[in-house]
Amino acid sequence: MTTVTTTPVERAYEPTIGLEIHVQLKTRTKMFCGCALSFGDEPNTHTCPICLGHPGTLPVPNAEAIHFALMIGMALECELSPRSIFHRKNYFYPDLPKGYQISQFDIPLWGHGRLGDVRVHRVHLEEDAAKLVHAGSSGRIHGAEASVVDFNRGGTPLVEIVTEPDLTSPAQAGEWLRLLRATLGRLGVSDVNMDEGSLRCDANVSIRPLGTADLGTKTELKNMNSFRFLERGVAAEIARQAEIVRGGGQVVQATIHYDPTSGTLTPLRSKEESHDYRYFPEPDLVPLAPTEAMVSRAREALPELPAARAERFERELDLSADTARLLAFRSELGDFFEAGLADAPSSDEGGDADPAAANGAGAETDPRTLASWITVELVPRLGDADPADSAVTPAALAELVRMVSAREVSGSAAKEVLDAMAAEGGRPSSIVAERGLGLAAADELGAIVDRAIDENPDAVEKIRGGKNKAMGAIVGSVMRETKGRADGGEVGRMVRERLGLG
Amino acid sequence: MIDREQVLHVARLARLELTEAEVERMAAELSGVLDHIERIGELDLDRVEPTSHVVALENVLRADEPAPSLSRERALAGAPDAAGAGFRVPSPGAS
Amino acid sequence: MSDLVELTAAQAAERVRAGEVSPRELFAVYAARAEHEELGAFLTLADSAGEAGGDDLAEKPLAGVPLAVKDIFCVEDVPTTAASRILEGYRPPYTATAVERLAAAGAPMLGKTNMDEFAMGSSNENSAYKPVRNPWAIDRVPGGSSGGSAAAVAAGLAPWSIGTDTGGSIRQPAALCGLVGLKPTYGSISRYGMIAFASSLDQCGPITRDTTDAALLLRHLVDGGRDPRDSTSVDFPERIELPSAERLDGLRFGVVAELAEADTIDPGVKALFDQTLARIEDLGGAVEEISLPHTEHGLSAYYVLAPAEASANLSRYDGVRFGLRAGDGDLLSLYERTRSEGFGVEVKRRIMLGTYALSSGYYEAYYGRAQRVRTKIAEDFRAAFERVDLVVTPTSPSVAFRLGERTQDPMAMYMSDYCTVPMSLAGVPAISIPAGLSEDLPVGFQITGPAFSENRVLGAAHALERAIGFDTSPPRRGAAAVGAT
Ligand SMILES: [Mg+2]
Ligand SMILES: [Zn+2]
Repeated sequence: MTTVTTTPVERAYEPTIGLEIHVQLKTRTKMFCGCALSFGDEPNTHTCPICLGHPGTLPVPNAEAIHFALMIGMALECELSPRSIFHRKNYFYPDLPKGYQISQFDIPLWGHGRLGDVRVHRVHLEEDAAKLVHAGSSGRIHGAEASVVDFNRGGTPLVEIVTEPDLTSPAQAGEWLRLLRATLGRLGVSDVNMDEGSLRCDANVSIRPLGTADLGTKTELKNMNSFRFLERGVAAEIARQAEIVRGGGQVVQATIHYDPTSGTLTPLRSKEESHDYRYFPEPDLVPLAPTEAMVSRAREALPELPAARAERFERELDLSADTARLLAFRSELGDFFEAGLADAPSSDEGGDADPAAANGAGAETDPRTLASWITVELVPRLGDADPADSAVTPAALAELVRMVSAREVSGSAAKEVLDAMAAEGGRPSSIVAERGLGLAAADELGAIVDRAIDENPDAVEKIRGGKNKAMGAIVGSVMRETKGRADGGEVGRMVRERLGLG
Repeated sequence: MIDREQVLHVARLARLELTEAEVERMAAELSGVLDHIERIGELDLDRVEPTSHVVALENVLRADEPAPSLSRERALAGAPDAAGAGFRVPSPGAS
Repeated sequence: MSDLVELTAAQAAERVRAGEVSPRELFAVYAARAEHEELGAFLTLADSAGEAGGDDLAEKPLAGVPLAVKDIFCVEDVPTTAASRILEGYRPPYTATAVERLAAAGAPMLGKTNMDEFAMGSSNENSAYKPVRNPWAIDRVPGGSSGGSAAAVAAGLAPWSIGTDTGGSIRQPAALCGLVGLKPTYGSISRYGMIAFASSLDQCGPITRDTTDAALLLRHLVDGGRDPRDSTSVDFPERIELPSAERLDGLRFGVVAELAEADTIDPGVKALFDQTLARIEDLGGAVEEISLPHTEHGLSAYYVLAPAEASANLSRYDGVRFGLRAGDGDLLSLYERTRSEGFGVEVKRRIMLGTYALSSGYYEAYYGRAQRVRTKIAEDFRAAFERVDLVVTPTSPSVAFRLGERTQDPMAMYMSDYCTVPMSLAGVPAISIPAGLSEDLPVGFQITGPAFSENRVLGAAHALERAIGFDTSPPRRGAAAVGAT
């Protein structure tokens, strides 16, 4: 008897992915000198003898950068090193003014931790390199003949976060990076903007035969500067490695550049000595031994983190897991959502003579409905923009949701109201009143339903015969007549009542 | 002790270009010095902590307050090849 | 007014305060001498004291007595080269804290003194520009690396000077030139603006004609408290006093057997050392033999640690932001040619040594072990200071040697630091004072104390200085360039 294996070859290998993330901290000044941080300013206007690496200059660490790094390690549940030290990492590159980067080596600020399903290996502090602007026409590393160094970025405080190789798919890597970004964003310690480079990600990728424990030879993908590129780049690298192994070859350790436009992977030239960084303790700096005061100040500064917030949204407000994560991982959406819920319907409008204030007043704002209006309706209208910067206020959206629940406006009319709110702001009750979008009153609707029944005898016959689908024709007719100001369910109920179908 | 190949490797790490004569001389001289230095290999230092600093200081930090930066003209004043707004270098990987 | 140059700096300051000479006149006297010197002591001369405050300086504590500054200190817009080709034409955009503090205290900079390139050397023959000659015998070296500072003061080209000491670079040239040289406790004086050789060892200190001048400069170097621009600097725990002790009663002096008895010590040096021990006893001090068992490994540890730190400290000289640039158009050649043309032989040798010691596979055997030896040496000193108040050794194993005598043998040159390196590794203060002449050349006597015991060290040095009565107005050969035998 012959067994035919139909498992695709890719399924025979399991990818193992670890991430190395560099986060630029948004302190006021650089890591080791007093130059103000900048983004997009004129080149070489934020430099001093220290960050230009002039002879005789010395680094002095920025206390706020250490505070931010303490917050990050706490948020990632890491183990604090009682005494960590800085090292010099030696290599020559034009963007590295001293010929070494001040970083941490064998004793990082933070050791093992965890975020979500992924273990964190270490978290350490270092300084960013300057920017090499390639003067060649291609703008890429290869082929350009001259470059110009801009030291504005040089010395920006960086936190490097290294994960264990716990990720097993490109999608999971992307999803985890989103969680990390949300977490760091929530801490307020970084702009976490991948386009601008304040969040940068390298990926270590290897594959191994399913079910085996030993990690395969890994390659390092550099500078995946968006979530999409990370996912695509890692997927392409997994495919490349699988192809090599399928062909009987061996993956060679390498640093690989992923070009997102062409989708190609290019191993970078590796010089044999390139990994000999000759680390040694930085003699210009003294050890970092966070005091109780430093630690408690960082702890007190910790807000509720996205993972905890998502869990709370699910548990206390009964949101679906996906919706809860979407709101929690985009902190601004979560904030908008909670502001809307906090806008109690009766208290803020109580006693107001404005008749519009009565709209939806009797109803509670249902969290699930509000969440779905934010994720399904508001987000597509605003894209990546922060709703706090839009014309729609949390209170106004909550009011609209209550009006829908109270059947003061139909779902479809409410979407039109939201369009108007997004375009020019304003309160939903006023917009409904101005545009006559309120649900048709019972008398008016009764007459319209009666007329629809008269005009659709075929449909009536089918409904009586139990074909409920036919209801659509009558409801549609009512909707046309009321220009959408009717509630479809209510119309159905009225038709059945009139036909004696209870 | 330290051979030609090692001298060349170390010179590349240190970005020094040595002439043939310098390579030979360096190998001999460094070997002599290392011979002397290696006497510390005889000491029993297993339970001795390394000292990188004699000053017993910790947490010497700076408040996050901006200090004036140099003007661009000043920053570029000593540059061997200032190119308008920056420091010009041959592109890495070119040639 | 030529008698002015016979005075110590403190005495010159008295004359200024008495209105007998103005700071401008004093500056002019020294500037003229420095301008016509033939020792190679100076690399750059300041234009005038006028910019530094002119005659208002008379009101300041240091009364306008001009200062020779080792060319390792950055001074804004003044050429600063560390005696290297790689920094030829470099004008720093800022000034070192040490220079700033002394200028503020009323000591305007007279000029920048020659040195061994990047402070690497013990003879001043490693200057990329010119060697420095010893005013006691111009065919001999002044010691190094602060040889220009020492020669300038010894020859009366400057009243006083500051240098830097990494493994003996203040004490050894002071000894070879018949002067007082003090290496303070590591961390006492800010390193900000001092071009780094080996960061964990480098310390600024005075080279002067007597202990009073050394104390005066030290006082004004540490008086401002720790420098917030140097993470490794500390507040000096007490005020530096001007030394006044005439006796040594009650003080216990430990003679380091391993250093004093070494067969590398010249007999003439040893004889003066023993004479000085006898003087200590004459002055009421007690002398006993002590052991610093690990000091014999000090040189080995030093020649790992210092080159290793230097190899990184000198990586910034890459032809990109300042200084020399060479190369044929690609990045690797920019780096390699710039550094090969810009650095001298000794600097390259130490960069190679340090790079090797840090390179993959060798770190623990060299750097790691050297750091542990350092721990042992520091422990040796701590143990010694439980028994004695001060530790004494010869400063240099020999008197000034002839130019070229040791240039072909790096290890022989490195042995010059044999007695001074242990104190640098332990970070403790040490002073060299003249003990007398051997073969008509000065011999130094080194006194070391526990960390921050500078007042005690200076006090003992002062009492001995009085007793020895070394003629601090040596033949002023610098300006006249008369050969000596
Ligand atoms: Mg890093
Ligand atoms: Zn800066």
